[in-house]
Amino acid sequence: MSYEELIGLQEGKGKLFKKPDAEGSRKFFKNKSREMKSKVTSVKEAVNKYIEDGIYLAVGGFGTNRIPTAIYHEIVRQRKKNLALSGHTATHDGQILMAGGAVDRCDAAYVVGLEARGLSKSARDAFEKYGVEVCEWTNATLTWRYKAAAMGLSFLPSRALLGTDTFKYSGAKVMHCPFTGQKYAALPALPVDVACIHVHKADIYGNCQIEGIDVGDIDIVKASKYVIVTTEELVPHSQMRNETDKVSIPYFLVDAVAEVPYGCYPGNMPYRYFSDEEHLNEWLQQEQEGKIDEFLQKYIYSTSDFSEYLQLCGGIEKLKDLRRKEVLIEDLEELGE
Amino acid sequence: MKSADYNQMELMITLASRFLEDKSTVVVGTGAPCAAAMLSQRTVAPDLIIMFEAGGLGPQLPTMPISVGDSRTFYKGIMSTSMAEIMELCQAGMVDFTFLGGAQIDKYGNLNSTIIGDDYYKPKVRLPGSGGANELASLCWNTMVITPHVKQRFVEKVDFLTTPGYLNGPGTREDVGLPEGTGPYKVITDLCVMGYDDKTGRMKVESIHPGVTKEKIEENTGFKLLWSDNLEESPIPSKEELDLLREKVDPYRYIIGRE
Repeated sequence: MSYEELIGLQEGKGKLFKKPDAEGSRKFFKNKSREMKSKVTSVKEAVNKYIEDGIYLAVGGFGTNRIPTAIYHEIVRQRKKNLALSGHTATHDGQILMAGGAVDRCDAAYVVGLEARGLSKSARDAFEKYGVEVCEWTNATLTWRYKAAAMGLSFLPSRALLGTDTFKYSGAKVMHCPFTGQKYAALPALPVDVACIHVHKADIYGNCQIEGIDVGDIDIVKASKYVIVTTEELVPHSQMRNETDKVSIPYFLVDAVAEVPYGCYPGNMPYRYFSDEEHLNEWLQQEQEGKIDEFLQKYIYSTSDFSEYLQLCGGIEKLKDLRRKEVLIEDLEELGE
Repeated sequence: MKSADYNQMELMITLASRFLEDKSTVVVGTGAPCAAAMLSQRTVAPDLIIMFEAGGLGPQLPTMPISVGDSRTFYKGIMSTSMAEIMELCQAGMVDFTFLGGAQIDKYGNLNSTIIGDDYYKPKVRLPGSGGANELASLCWNTMVITPHVKQRFVEKVDFLTTPGYLNGPGTREDVGLPEGTGPYKVITDLCVMGYDDKTGRMKVESIHPGVTKEKIEENTGFKLLWSDNLEESPIPSKEELDLLREKVDPYRYIIGRE
């Protein structure tokens, strides 16, 4: 396609895996329970109950940072299939799901890569060999698609995406502002079936506190029919009541809460523990060497839950090291600061 | 390595750091761009505000981040926020610079980071995709690229236009609706520094690194380059810059150890 043709494009030809449906979403939320009741459960039960084959899944955090790893392991362990994944910087999370063969459609903003660490062969094979269906987006346009749904709208305008192949293979359309005539890319709202997020603190009802950047989690939660939360720690409800400015997700948006300490491992949990680069590298290596099936067998299929995985990866001693790394103890000592 | 005093990565980072301005804003990724911004803060731009697309705003980076969303990206920062907020600041015109990379770049600075091959539905190689590149290049005022200078990368036409440069020349960005006055600014490679010609929007060599010839640059570029009338030799890193880079910015040589 020539640049002239690209410039003339009015409509992307990518497939919309979820169509905007502000009215439908309102009707769903009309009937969603507002009851303040305990939602504490296990990851196993939550995945069993809310992750049905074929649903559209959104991922909290950012690739390897504050991701709900335990939920993704459990999805693979329960051999869930044909999920659609929102690839809003889906790096290790996307890698787990694709290695486990759980995904068949993907809105791709950033997938297959783990940033500076390299590329995931499992994820790459999913697209190159196994024909995972893909629609192109970008980090901002996906996050604004969540935001549109979170706002109860069917679209938002954007000044990004225009004039590129990324637009051509997206599901966006060109629109003109009714006030100024300005051209925009109209981004369809992205109503999600299930959002999975990992937070620092939650109470039994599902009120959540996130420390550090929230990435897109708050909009993802509001855009989703069902929300599964894993939390580093469960805290008393009274603590939430005393820290209302720190609560960014109110309980009535949340459906399940599981306490999973170190639940983002081998990713980075701000202020708690840094990423385990050795183990992430092991994932990448095993994929390269064609040993991913044995690797999944060892770490996921043969373990009954996430605690066993943590044990296999070095247990408390490893986690202590990662805590020291997160608070820069070695680094700052060495740098003399 | 052309000189015993510095390597090509150190030269690229130093040159890039000098293009950032004091009291300006920059969105960076990991690697060389982040190193350039950190060096810039310690030299020409002490009040540079560094931002990361995942939500980190104004950190005092203690050490190199591994991910643009890891804890380092908001360490002792101004604010920990969201991706939407960072990108909305870009869209609102508050972000002066960004640094990007890609598997391919063409003469208008268009970048590809999505697929290699000519059939989108059956790609030879699937790459990560845009990430935040498309919107950063669409919305920030000046886009810079730091990249190795090889022919497979500097191509006549990108296989997939992930991220807009000057598209098809001056005016085409505005025609499709991208904000006026934005676009590619500099390309810093291991051979030279390039800007863009005002009239044609095409890549133009501005300075050549010590020991590099015009022929070598041409051999490693898959399209016809323009050459500045005031072609210069790229200024090499000072001792002060090198010391800061090695001792403060990248003491573990994560980036400058790669040549």
